[in-house]
Parts: sequence; structure tokens; C-alpha cells
Amino acid sequence: MTKVYVAGVGFTKIAEHWDKSLEQLMAEASVKALESAGLMAVNAIYVGNMLGEVLQEQGHLGSIIAEYVGLSRVPAFRVEAAEASGAAALYAGAMDILSGKSDAVLVVGGEKLSDGLPEEVYSTLMIGGRQDYEGFIGAEFYSLNALLYKLYRKRYGESDDVAMFPVISHQHAEGVPHAQYPFKIPLEKVLSSPFISEPLRRLEVSGIGDGAAAVILVSEKLAEKIKAPKTELYAASATDYVNPFEREDPLKFESLSMATRKVLEDAGVKRSEIDFIELHDATSIMAAISLESCGFARPGEAGKLAVRGEFDLSGSLPCNTFGGLKARGHPLGATAIYQVAEAYLQLTEQAGKNQVDSAENGLVQSLGGVGATAFTILLKKV
Amino acid sequence: MRVPRYWRNLSFKYRLVGWKCNHCGTFHHSKPIVCKRCRSRDFMEVELPKTGRLIAYTIVNSAPKEFNDSSPYLIGLIELDDGTRIISQLTDFKEDELREGVRVEAVFRRIRVNGEQGIIEYGYKFRPSMG
Repeated sequence: MTKVYVAGVGFTKIAEHWDKSLEQLMAEASVKALESAGLMAVNAIYVGNMLGEVLQEQGHLGSIIAEYVGLSRVPAFRVEAAEASGAAALYAGAMDILSGKSDAVLVVGGEKLSDGLPEEVYSTLMIGGRQDYEGFIGAEFYSLNALLYKLYRKRYGESDDVAMFPVISHQHAEGVPHAQYPFKIPLEKVLSSPFISEPLRRLEVSGIGDGAAAVILVSEKLAEKIKAPKTELYAASATDYVNPFEREDPLKFESLSMATRKVLEDAGVKRSEIDFIELHDATSIMAAISLESCGFARPGEAGKLAVRGEFDLSGSLPCNTFGGLKARGHPLGATAIYQVAEAYLQLTEQAGKNQVDSAENGLVQSLGGVGATAFTILLKKV
Repeated sequence: MRVPRYWRNLSFKYRLVGWKCNHCGTFHHSKPIVCKRCRSRDFMEVELPKTGRLIAYTIVNSAPKEFNDSSPYLIGLIELDDGTRIISQLTDFKEDELREGVRVEAVFRRIRVNGEQGIIEYGYKFRPSMG
């Protein structure tokens, strides 16, 4: 089977970009990615975006972005899977290369949340749930997470250990130029922040920001001709019921577990050979459940391992090496592409002060809704 | 939500009427084509029990714009007397009544005012059991 390579990445800082449009942010990231790969053109463009149709009232982003990057005429369209839209675009781009149809594709994700008021963003985020059930009664994303957190604490004991995940993410984001919140936050501050949805605290959830990230995927044939550093890329995905409380065990993301097993199998990598993970820490509890669902921590113990420092940059399994969703930022449709770009920087030894020593394999996890969609992407050093 | 979509699924929103798979018993809140669990096509319309037990609750402080006028509000995970688990807004709770395990019952309430026309949408909420 042929392989897929990452040959270049580009991204903007995550911030409130009042003076830039969604299209401009995505074009900026795309041009940087093309330059970093040393390519002028690609065979296709895949765009990841979740809320553009609602917040910007803008559809048809494939063609529009192609025009913005001066590549009109190539096939280009948007791929959507709620907060995992960026990962879905990567998956589609990887399939395009694997099919033999394309030798180079641009995958770009972007989101511009600052165009909406916070209550509008919370409202539009509900399009990831079923509008005639969860959405209708106002059971929005954080309330579902809060109920999961309650069940988690009931099953495994009342403890604040899970609140260490945002502390770790912020620790790693310190001084990272593209991070939205590049500073440390101590555990006491997390635990004294107000509830966004009890027992979930404001500082246990990601913020609202704008950003775009892009990667260039190439075929084995083209990879040989490209001078830029490269990594191999493998992608897998699975789905589950939208409402976690209708699943057999709400405290296990079966979708993520399946996608992770599959990607390890495809890449021929053992779980113990994973050197770092970019987790989907949209909330602290999702980070804990993700690690436990995939066997990186025993059920109920992810928080304990976090407190012990296992997920620090110098720990046994570094997580969120540039700050994760919590501190680097979570511009929905761009997020998974930031994660892949960061994993690429790690494996090509361009991570600077955030470098994980002798990393060979990095795992990226991206979730849509509360685990209804899961993507796992593995990057391997070449 | 636009009016036709709201109207299409009123029996669940008003009376907790849905469809149970005759093969595996899985409940579907809107009319299924195939069972999401066992893929059977054989269903029975059922009205869920109106009483149950509160498993977990939370207070929403990040209300979506449709719920601005009722913010903050309560969301609960409820196990009905037949074992079906549903999520619902909670209402009429005094602070000392709000605890996990408490008996609850369904009531018909105003849910939100929605859309440009300001349509008032109604549905179920759960309150502490009076019985």
C-alpha cells in the first residue's frame, strides 16, 4: 500500500482577529503551508470548518478558499464533522492520496468564533447535537460534559485530579507564539474559577477564538522529490450515538477506542510505542475519558497520572505539547490541523523548547460532539 | 428551529411518546426507519412513564441565546420507572430538594421563544415528585 506524508504546515496565532476574515485566516495558513513544503500548487483542497454557515453565513468554502490562495480550478470542498471537521478534512485528503488520484493536497481548517457573541457561539455549537432533542431543551455541550463528570466522580470517587489537565496544557503553552493563552495557570486558580456547568469549571474548558491551520499531504512518489522535512500520516475514524447517555457506558468513548486501535494497526505501531498525544481537551473530563478509553490510563486513573506528572513534557507520555485545546486554543474546524501541525513539528525536531526527546510516533485525537465522532491520526517519523 | 421541524416531533416533546424496538427494546425519541442498535424495522409506539429518579444534574451558566431569558437553568439526567434514561430541564426545584436520587415527575412547560417570529415552544420538564 502507498503511504501518505505530511510535507509542510502553516498556521496563524489563535486570537480574536477582529481585522481578519475567516477566508483571510485560512489563506494565510495555506500559503505558509505551501511555502514550507516548497510547492506552488496542489491537486485538491479540503477545507475543515464547522460554523461558517451560521456565524459568517458563508457556505461554498472550497471554491472560495481556492480563489483566495490563487488555486482556482482545482477540486475544492468543505468537510464537516462538528468539532472534528478539521480531522475529517485530513481524513478525506489522506484518502485522496491513498486512492492514487492526487500527489499533493492542501488541507486547511479555519474557524472565526469572535464574529458571534458568546451566547450565539453556545447556541450554534448545539448543531453538533440533535436539535429536536438535546438542542430543544438547551442541553448544550458543557451541560452534557458536566453530567458525564458527575457520573465519573460517582463511579471513581470525588476528587479534583481531573482538573490537572488544564494546568498541564497551560504549562506547555507558556511562551508558545501561536497559543491563545500562552501562560501558566496553577491548580488553585482552576479550582477557584466559577462553574460553567457544575462540577465543570470555567478554567476546565477551552475558550473562544479565531484561527486557521493548514498541512500539505503528499504521495510517496512526490515525497521523494520534496526537500522539506516529512512524516508519515495514518488516519482512522469511528462514530457512536450522539447522546452519551444512550451508550452502553457513557464513561467510555468507544468511537475513539476503535479509531485508535485501527490507526495503530494500520501504522504497525504498538500502543506502548506512542511517544506523545495531542488530546481533545475541549473539557478536562473529555481529556481524562479519552486517555482511559484508549488504554493509556486505567479507568478512573487519568487524573492521578496527571497529578504525578506523567503527561508533562518530561513525563512518560507527554500530552498537549503546545498547550492543547485549552491553552493553544480550539478554533473548532482548525483544531485537528493545529494538532497535526504540532505533531509534525515534534517529529521533525522543530518544536524548540517544547521538543519531546527522541519522539518517533505521535498520536492526534479529535472528537466531534461528546465522542459521537472520533478521529485518530498517527504521525510517524521518517 | 423552524416551525415545521418543531411540529413534526411534538408527541415526544409534549407527552414523551416515542418508539421502542420490538426486537431489542431500544427507545427512539423520533420515529426510526431502522433500530439504531439491532437494525430491526419492527417498532411499537410507546408512551414513557412520567415518573422516575434524578441520576445527575447540572446548572447551565453558558446559556445558548435561545435560553437567555431562563438562564441559569437546570439540566438533569433522569432514569424513568421503566429504566429508560432521558435528559430534561428541571423546574420547580427548591435548593434543598436538588439532590441525586430524588423522585421526579414530568410536567408540560414553556421551553423557549424561538425564531424570528417569536414562536413559543412547549415541551416536557421534570419537577420534584408531588405524589
